[in-house]
Amino acid sequence: MAILVYAEHDNNSLKSATLNTVAAAAQMGGDIHVLVAGFSCQAAADAAAKVEGVSKVLLADNAAYENQLAENIALLVKDLAANYDHIVAPATTNGKNFMPRVAALLDVSMVSDITKVIDANTFERPIYAGNATATVKTSEDKVLVTVRTTAFDAVAAEGGSATVEAIDNVQDAGKSSFVSEELAASDRPELTSANIVVSGGRALANGENFTKYIEPLADKLGAAVGASRAAVDAGYVANDLQVGQTGKIVAPQLYIAAGISGAIQHLAGMKDSKVIVAINNDPDAPIASVADYFLEADLFDALPELTSKL
Amino acid sequence: MKALVAVKRVIDYNVKVRVKADNSGVDLSNTKMSINPFCEIAVEEAVRLKEAGVIDEIIVATIGPKEAQEQIRAALALGADRGVLVQTDEKAYPLQVAKILKGIAEQEGTEVILLGKQAIDDDNNQTGQMLAALMGVGQATFASEVTIEGGKATVKREIDGGLQTVALDLPAVITTDLRLNEPRFAKLPNIMKAKKKPLDEKTPADFGVDMSSKQEILKVEPPAQRSAGVKVASVDELIDKLKNEAKVI
Repeated sequence: MAILVYAEHDNNSLKSATLNTVAAAAQMGGDIHVLVAGFSCQAAADAAAKVEGVSKVLLADNAAYENQLAENIALLVKDLAANYDHIVAPATTNGKNFMPRVAALLDVSMVSDITKVIDANTFERPIYAGNATATVKTSEDKVLVTVRTTAFDAVAAEGGSATVEAIDNVQDAGKSSFVSEELAASDRPELTSANIVVSGGRALANGENFTKYIEPLADKLGAAVGASRAAVDAGYVANDLQVGQTGKIVAPQLYIAAGISGAIQHLAGMKDSKVIVAINNDPDAPIASVADYFLEADLFDALPELTSKL
Repeated sequence: MKALVAVKRVIDYNVKVRVKADNSGVDLSNTKMSINPFCEIAVEEAVRLKEAGVIDEIIVATIGPKEAQEQIRAALALGADRGVLVQTDEKAYPLQVAKILKGIAEQEGTEVILLGKQAIDDDNNQTGQMLAALMGVGQATFASEVTIEGGKATVKREIDGGLQTVALDLPAVITTDLRLNEPRFAKLPNIMKAKKKPLDEKTPADFGVDMSSKQEILKVEPPAQRSAGVKVASVDELIDKLKNEAKVI
């Protein structure tokens, strides 16, 4: 039995989400092959070949896969599915985009966002914004899952020696085309893989205060910046910083929530953090129920003090 | 041009869910139910496209129990023209829902199909993608801006790290993200008028769909509880705890 893992990459380097996904696949038991589909992505394939536990890398290098359009990627993965019992992808926007499409092409159900592998066909996954955990069993011939990357420790990026096999399978559905992309530039660590996350909420009151109060603390700690939906909707920060059920799911070593009340949708995105610190002037805010350390204070006083004393 | 909007009846997003003592699921008895928030955004977008003259008719469909007609009526009150309730008391999994929606879309000849990106109960984020695959059409998931012009949809999508714009030939499936729009509230006269709008009742069998799934939920449990935290009195104490007790900085 073999498992196909879909690699998350940007055509140059392998994203760390791939390492967590390989870790989840390893628990299902079987030979792990990694698919790198993209354009001019040899470097990403070479990186995938070094990942611990990977026995083969399939490289589909073609302009049709450059922007990973779901229509084209799904046809490719569906074709490859004949050789695999399990197809596993990270639950990134990419994985969420094409995997259900593959499932429907194969006429099978799929399991989204698994947080635990019980056996090769049985998985745990959060439902109702993480307020319940479902144990799901699938008896489909092909098991398709996406993996919540924060729930699995990454395998080592080095140490493997898989072969890279170029595959000549070009699929262009011709239904969609890429127009443009605007990526937010940031020198800080990526939100979903950061060890420390400093998040701000509505209480920051405006975007300038994010720059003035949240960012210096994040920089001091080498942390990523996050935000609640309220802060994103109010336009204080870009929406790719949103932590929550409908945004990013994070599980860092330390999560600092400043001026965030802690609505269930926000908690769904961060309550698996190892240590949670809340800074809030309302001692009854729901965030207090999950915080390991709660500092009742005005964040405009507490954040600069914290930044300067670290 | 006709639009199909799929809506789902789910537990209201403000309700704190309780897991049943026998671990068979979540207790939904006597809980407030609503349209899934992402579906509401999909309805709003269809209504705006109609107001802009791009779409002539909006058909809203749901697959679920008899009570789900309340959610169809709510969508009709927001501006949809007519409803289709595909009634089933079985748990509706995304693949089966997608098959039924395909049947409706093809029967009605809808060119724009709008769904929410995910339902807040099962958190699957699958149905729209599956529907697009079954219909063999293009998809734009996590839409934050939609333009329809000259037989094409141009959609800005929220992706990890930023935004991506794609162009799709119609018909196409679009799933909505939070920032696509701010849904309106239904006005009382519109709620009254919605009661008179047509609502077709169908069954999955009308579309040749068997609701049984090869996926089953073995049990549902409450998540692990975090142990109670402590209040710290000052920034100094916080730093001390983080350094010496939690050892995270």
